[in-house]
Amino acid sequence: MKHSVVSLTINGAERQMLVAPGSTLIDVLRESQGLTGTRRGCEQGACGTCTVLVDGKTAMSCMLPVETIEGAHVETIEGLTPPQGLHPIQEAFLQGFATQCGFCTSGMIMVAAALLAKNPNPSREDVVRAISGNICRCTGYEAIIDAILDAAVRIRSAAHAEAA
Amino acid sequence: MEKIDTSFFAKEREAELSVVGESVQRADARGHVTGRTQFYEDVTFPNTLHLKMVRSTRHHALIKGIDTEAAMKVPGVVRILTHKDVPNNWYTILKLIGVGPDDEPVLPEDRVLFMGEQICAVLAETPQAALEAARRVVVDYEDLPPVFDVEAAMTSTPFKKDGTNYFVYEGHNCRRIRFGDVEKGFAEADHVIEHRYESSPIEHAPTETTGCTAKPEGNGRITIYSNTQALYFTLDNMALILGVPFNKLRLVGGTVGGGFGGKVDVIVEPIAALGAMLTNRPVKYAYSRAEEMQVSSPRAAERIYIKDGVMKDGRIIARKITLYVDAGAYCRHSTYGTTKAAAHMPGPYTIPNVHVDAYCVYTNRTPSSAMRGFGVTIGDFALESQMDQIARFLDMDPMELRLLNAYRDGDMKAHRKKVDGAALVEVIQAAARQTGKQLAPRFAKMSSMTREG
Ligand code: FES
Ligand code: FES
Repeated sequence: MKHSVVSLTINGAERQMLVAPGSTLIDVLRESQGLTGTRRGCEQGACGTCTVLVDGKTAMSCMLPVETIEGAHVETIEGLTPPQGLHPIQEAFLQGFATQCGFCTSGMIMVAAALLAKNPNPSREDVVRAISGNICRCTGYEAIIDAILDAAVRIRSAAHAEAA
Repeated sequence: MEKIDTSFFAKEREAELSVVGESVQRADARGHVTGRTQFYEDVTFPNTLHLKMVRSTRHHALIKGIDTEAAMKVPGVVRILTHKDVPNNWYTILKLIGVGPDDEPVLPEDRVLFMGEQICAVLAETPQAALEAARRVVVDYEDLPPVFDVEAAMTSTPFKKDGTNYFVYEGHNCRRIRFGDVEKGFAEADHVIEHRYESSPIEHAPTETTGCTAKPEGNGRITIYSNTQALYFTLDNMALILGVPFNKLRLVGGTVGGGFGGKVDVIVEPIAALGAMLTNRPVKYAYSRAEEMQVSSPRAAERIYIKDGVMKDGRIIARKITLYVDAGAYCRHSTYGTTKAAAHMPGPYTIPNVHVDAYCVYTNRTPSSAMRGFGVTIGDFALESQMDQIARFLDMDPMELRLLNAYRDGDMKAHRKKVDGAALVEVIQAAARQTGKQLAPRFAKMSSMTREG
């Protein structure tokens, strides 16, 4: 089987890459793009650790053959992180002790980013539903849910301040 | 939450506590939220070989032959490692602290003792090729009867290299505690209450699976990037297994994507390093999720019998415990866990007659090992369930039953150590306060510092 060329926009930059047949998005991100912030937990769509945004929607990058998303816009934790300081979701996770080993954290934050982009004022149930595909074995989910709710407040008040 | 009460034990404190009771940010949290924390798998090298294991499909069997011919023909396969390649094939992790005998082969020689046991290691250019080749290795087995039950294992035909299906503690078949005379205690007791408690193995299921990459360096050393929780244990065991001086190995790690005790065994590193030594290429050995769930050591299953002689007023005057830790096929950390279990008995209570037999038993199940408080956690579950059973039987308040039997300063423990610095009474009183429970005045007044009340 032959390699093929796939074009993606990754964190705003256009990239062309040669991929082996069956390569998944996480393979490409980690191995050819060096974006190791996306973590591999199960490689079977069961843990959510590898979650990234594809055209604004969450996707488990371990389950996505990269050839099927030609031309897509992909955003990873590296793209979310501003050049200076932290994104409000990252700030909320940091202040809220919502990370222990950190292995699930990128996936959790990307899920939160997708949720808050669509729903800036989520209820607790909305957050629970959003992270229901993501496993954390260390922290317990309470701190993570609280952090995402706190992030929503931070983003809304920043938007408010900007508008004023 | 009640603030931590720093006035208690004030005279034993030398410094102000500046961290306990405060929230302090983890040093690595910033790396975690930005995805910049570097886990072992984030460090990659060109030209890396991928290692996949051929694993036993039997619980207990002789290996009559291993046919690697078809596997070697898979494009990309470089080498297949068997026990013949391992310089010092027999080890036991705790030999570093004097535990023996060496009961585990790095790669088995003539038999497998549990399903999923690693048999030989395929090194290939890609993970896919290694997997494909591993599937094509043909192992010829002759099945032997497996034993899965700890009590059955104690009396069934020995299946281990060194003869017994249990660990031998200083000439005894178990860890023992003898204090007073339990039989006399049972005879004098108003009631004898006996129950059996049992737990299943528990898998840690860390989000990051176990793994490492071993890289040969220009100076003749091997650097091992690992997510082990026990860097020095790994380093020293590797040096012994590989027969190289310690300074030929360098371990890089400490960043663990969830461990919980599941990453303290020394399993992946010696074989990856051996592959690196023999091929002079970096070798990566990472468990798949399925391997993590099946073959990484879980918390041991335990079976615990507790027999108590109890007086009408709730005093426990005799406690006899027979405890079995299911080590699975190999010793790993279970011998130590069993000693901890024995050391933890008969719980934080002052009981004049105590008899404990704690067995570390081998079965044909996945070897168990460390996990958060191993040896103690399941014992506590049994002990405290037993306390609740007694309270129910006597129709007593469970907190008051515990206070009545709580050890206090100056008491003699079954291990013949005098209790000092006890705080059980105060902890139960605080728990009562926080849950809005009224203790009888006699119990509310009690203190760990005196025997009054
Ligand atoms: S690694 Fe993709 S869902 Fe677990
Ligand atoms: S912080 Fe370790 S898995 Fe979530």
